[in-house]
Amino acid sequence: MMNSADWAAVRLTAELALTTTAVLLLIGTPLAWWLARTRSAFKPVCAALVAMPLVLPPTVIGFYLLLLLGPQGPLGQLVQALGGRPLPFTFGGLVVGSVIYSMPFVVQPLQQAFEAIPERTLEAAATLRAGPLDRFLTVALPLARPGFITAAVLGFAHTLGEFGVVLMIGGNIPGATRVLSVALYDHVEAGEFADAHRLAAGLAVSALAILVALHLLNRPRREARRASA
Amino acid sequence: MRVSRVRLVRLLAAAAGLAMAAAASAGEVVVAVAANFAGPMAKIGEAFTAATGHALKLSAGATGKFQSQIATGAAPFEVLLAADDETPAKLIAEGHAVRGSSFTYAIGQLVLWSAKPGVVDEQGAVLTSGRYAHLAIANPKLAPYGAAAMQVLKSRGLEQAVAQKLVTAESIAQAYQFVATGNAEIGFVALSQVAAPGKPAEGSMWRVPASLYGEIRQDAVLLKAGEKNPAAKSLLDYLKSAPAQAVIAAYGYRH
Repeated sequence: MMNSADWAAVRLTAELALTTTAVLLLIGTPLAWWLARTRSAFKPVCAALVAMPLVLPPTVIGFYLLLLLGPQGPLGQLVQALGGRPLPFTFGGLVVGSVIYSMPFVVQPLQQAFEAIPERTLEAAATLRAGPLDRFLTVALPLARPGFITAAVLGFAHTLGEFGVVLMIGGNIPGATRVLSVALYDHVEAGEFADAHRLAAGLAVSALAILVALHLLNRPRREARRASA
Repeated sequence: MRVSRVRLVRLLAAAAGLAMAAAASAGEVVVAVAANFAGPMAKIGEAFTAATGHALKLSAGATGKFQSQIATGAAPFEVLLAADDETPAKLIAEGHAVRGSSFTYAIGQLVLWSAKPGVVDEQGAVLTSGRYAHLAIANPKLAPYGAAAMQVLKSRGLEQAVAQKLVTAESIAQAYQFVATGNAEIGFVALSQVAAPGKPAEGSMWRVPASLYGEIRQDAVLLKAGEKNPAAKSLLDYLKSAPAQAVIAAYGYRH
């Protein structure tokens, strides 16, 4: 059976993934909406920045976060000036790292969902005297539902598997920063293969289950839309 | 006819001998080196290559990691420079290293270090002061220096008190990096990491008396993969030589 330290890692990983997904949906929704509708010259740059974590090694993100968020880094000094503690080695630090790391997995599906909403639909709502916020809440959000499901599921699943960033800024503190992937790495490196198998198999099975659930959740709507088209 | 055949055999033997000598001089050794010894080993490696012509491939990491990698039988390492004497002994007992090849190349010195001056006092009283949020150590399961640090905390009765402040690095190299970047105010590292020759040690440190953690005897051992490699054997001999021992002493190790 799994020991209590590994269970703590499971709990912590779930908390991190849920928190990260919630934060990403909050900041990712307006960002994705802006990216989907804007004609600004900054759009390509912003879209590229959002996509960066897809191509950058997580160690690059971890390294810069360690320097920027550290007590001597600009962001670390800002946090301290505001009376906070530097973020490396804290749960909050992992949330910041995960939000950056999982950003494209949430923003891109949302952006695609928003882009798929025809301009005419929103204009029709406008002629019915729906204000911008009303149009967004009652027209755009329901139409983008599959995008939200995909974004939330991918953001959650991707954060579950985060490793490089956590290894660099986490410090492996039980209950605060020792997430599943780091606990697994420790077991492997120490030659504790039985413990490693339990965690690795658990992660693999849950990733599969989450992705199957995503396809099941999103399938009926897509088919329904195709049927009505 | 008979004479010429003898001569031919002699010529072939001489050619074979030359080829073997050439192969030996262009040798290569794959070395796993404990993270605390990475700096001095890079220096020693340069001198070794200049003296013998053998090239070195150095991988630095936590001793415990190398142990499990070597135990799988798939690791390419031919020589292990461990941060303890238990790991080489265990590898010999399990048949992964060559019996009789191990020896102590250095005796390590644990230090409590801060990148800032005036933080760590010479008695290590800072440990009980509570004036720090994070204390970095190498993973005690994987790194002998981490295990030594845990022993120091135990001998001071601080194990419980610092549990929430303990930041565990995957090797002593990462522990050093956590302290060097200021993310951990203090940390247990190896003296060799903060006292490279020719460059004054930055910050402040407490040289932890060996009586608090026992001696860190660092043993080298010839691994099975290097048993038939003369360059590996010659590296182990070179480590015992005066030039190599001078570098080791310059980094603050005893021997």
